[in-house]
Amino acid sequence: MAQPDHIVIGAGTVGVSLAYGLQKRGQSVCVVDGGASDFRAARANFGLVWVQGKGGNLPAYARWTAESAALWPRFRDALEQCSGIGLDYQKPGGLVFSLSEQALIDRRAVLEEIGGGALPEGVEMLDRDALQARLPDAPLGPEVAGASYGASDGHVNPLKLLAALQQGFLELGGEILWDWPVQTLRTTDDGYELTGPDGETLRAPNVIVAAGLATPGIVAPLGVDLPLRPQRGQLLVTERMAPMLPMPCSGLRQTADGTVMIGTTHEDVGLDTGTTQASGTMVAERALRILPALSGARIVRQWSGLRVLSPDGGPLYTQPEAYPGLWTVSCHSGVTLAAIHAERLAEQILAGALTGDTRHFSKDRFHVPTLA
Amino acid sequence: MFRPLPDSSEGPTVTVFVEGQPVEAYVGETAASVLLRHLGTARTTSISESPRAPFCMMGCCFDCLAEIDGKGSTQSCLEPVRDGMTIARQMSARKVVAR
Ligand SMILES: Cc1cc2nc3c(=O)[nH]c(=O)nc-3n(C[C@H](O)[C@H](O)[C@H](O)COP(=O)(O)OP(=O)(O)OC[C@H]3O[C@@H](n4cnc5c(N)ncnc54)[C@H](O)[C@@H]3O)c2cc1C
Ligand code: FES
Repeated sequence: MAQPDHIVIGAGTVGVSLAYGLQKRGQSVCVVDGGASDFRAARANFGLVWVQGKGGNLPAYARWTAESAALWPRFRDALEQCSGIGLDYQKPGGLVFSLSEQALIDRRAVLEEIGGGALPEGVEMLDRDALQARLPDAPLGPEVAGASYGASDGHVNPLKLLAALQQGFLELGGEILWDWPVQTLRTTDDGYELTGPDGETLRAPNVIVAAGLATPGIVAPLGVDLPLRPQRGQLLVTERMAPMLPMPCSGLRQTADGTVMIGTTHEDVGLDTGTTQASGTMVAERALRILPALSGARIVRQWSGLRVLSPDGGPLYTQPEAYPGLWTVSCHSGVTLAAIHAERLAEQILAGALTGDTRHFSKDRFHVPTLA
Repeated sequence: MFRPLPDSSEGPTVTVFVEGQPVEAYVGETAASVLLRHLGTARTTSISESPRAPFCMMGCCFDCLAEIDGKGSTQSCLEPVRDGMTIARQMSARKVVAR
């Protein structure tokens, strides 16, 4: 194989979004992916393209997310055409329910703070009657006081998104090496060399490490220290049912096939991808307080995934000064950010520098001076 | 198309209601076999609405999902008949209601 311009480590949603964006811009890109037992958030997530409520502690993240959501419809059109795979993407807006009057007041306060004193553009607060009017086929539980509605929110089938990105990238002439876990990454005179299974090597002038939770371990030997941690989320999914939810809601969405996904927990349990009855019960009970009709539905599956979290929950994009051409890209919300990763972030990587909002996403924001 | 084996039709019977019609069922048989005998199918699928009939008769394939005593998505091959049981095909995607 001729030496590619870029090697991307990790064929999850984040890695292939970038690879697809770079290949579309005339670059030659090779993606390598790991072993079957790797942690793969791209295959376990909830499928929301979600804006409302994000970035309270990091305004640049709120803007970056909103821009990605705005890019999504055109990103979808191009990707569906290139890959021939439909994504089941819809942007009907999204809801976050409040289960008491006080919770509704608190929710408004959180959103107004993000909006700098007023509700952000496209966000409205709905009282119970207004909410019920938007959900005519989903009788609300007695405790539901209302919801916030965000017009920018949407959802997608995350497995179809991943398959389409991989297929689209291949159609554009890209190459993916499956089951090629990188053992070592080292510098050469004119770039980088990766060693894979059986001592095979690959070289390129540019390397993007987008290996989810495995990212820190790959760059640590170069002295690059990334603050990422796992956080487990557990989900339930029901049988297929007649349409009842016309829009995605936080923790509750009906897919194009009619199943209702119910989630999700936030658990600090290290690298444990098990499921527990206690968590399944907890998310199911909350869902029933919102939509009692779900008590008549059958649950067909429960699973968990590990989020890839930085200390403030925002993206972590890093171009270490000592290593020109080397990037690390990781984030929670890789589905939401897929559009902007394939467009703006791919452009910035090509230009060789993070500019604008993305400057706030480097690891330098976590630099805490050590106390003597 | 389906009929009982000669020796299975000798024991005691109960009355079940297949989409409203009272029919005789043999104690020990399942709602799925009643459906096979009287209607031939158990359901239509939730998206393409194509017909399905009980297939494995042992709880594996889920092609026998039906409404048993008003409860949807029930594997009819795992439900022995009871006197007065109501059995109905499940058409298309279910609409759930609170239990
Ligand atoms: C429960 C849950 C719900 C979520 N819900 C949403 C949501 O609704 N909306 C949203 O936007 N986001 C959501 N996310 C987040 C989203 O799934 C992640 O941001 C995204 O998938 C993570 O990035 P990734 O796809 O690159 O990671 P991964 O899927 O982890 O991919 C990393 C890849 O790197 C490969 N790899 C690892 N080590 C090596 C190596 N040494 N060499 C080569 N390859 C290697 C692995 O094999 C893997 O394929 C959710 C996450 C979870 C866990
Ligand atoms: S016939 Fe296969 S599960 Fe019932």
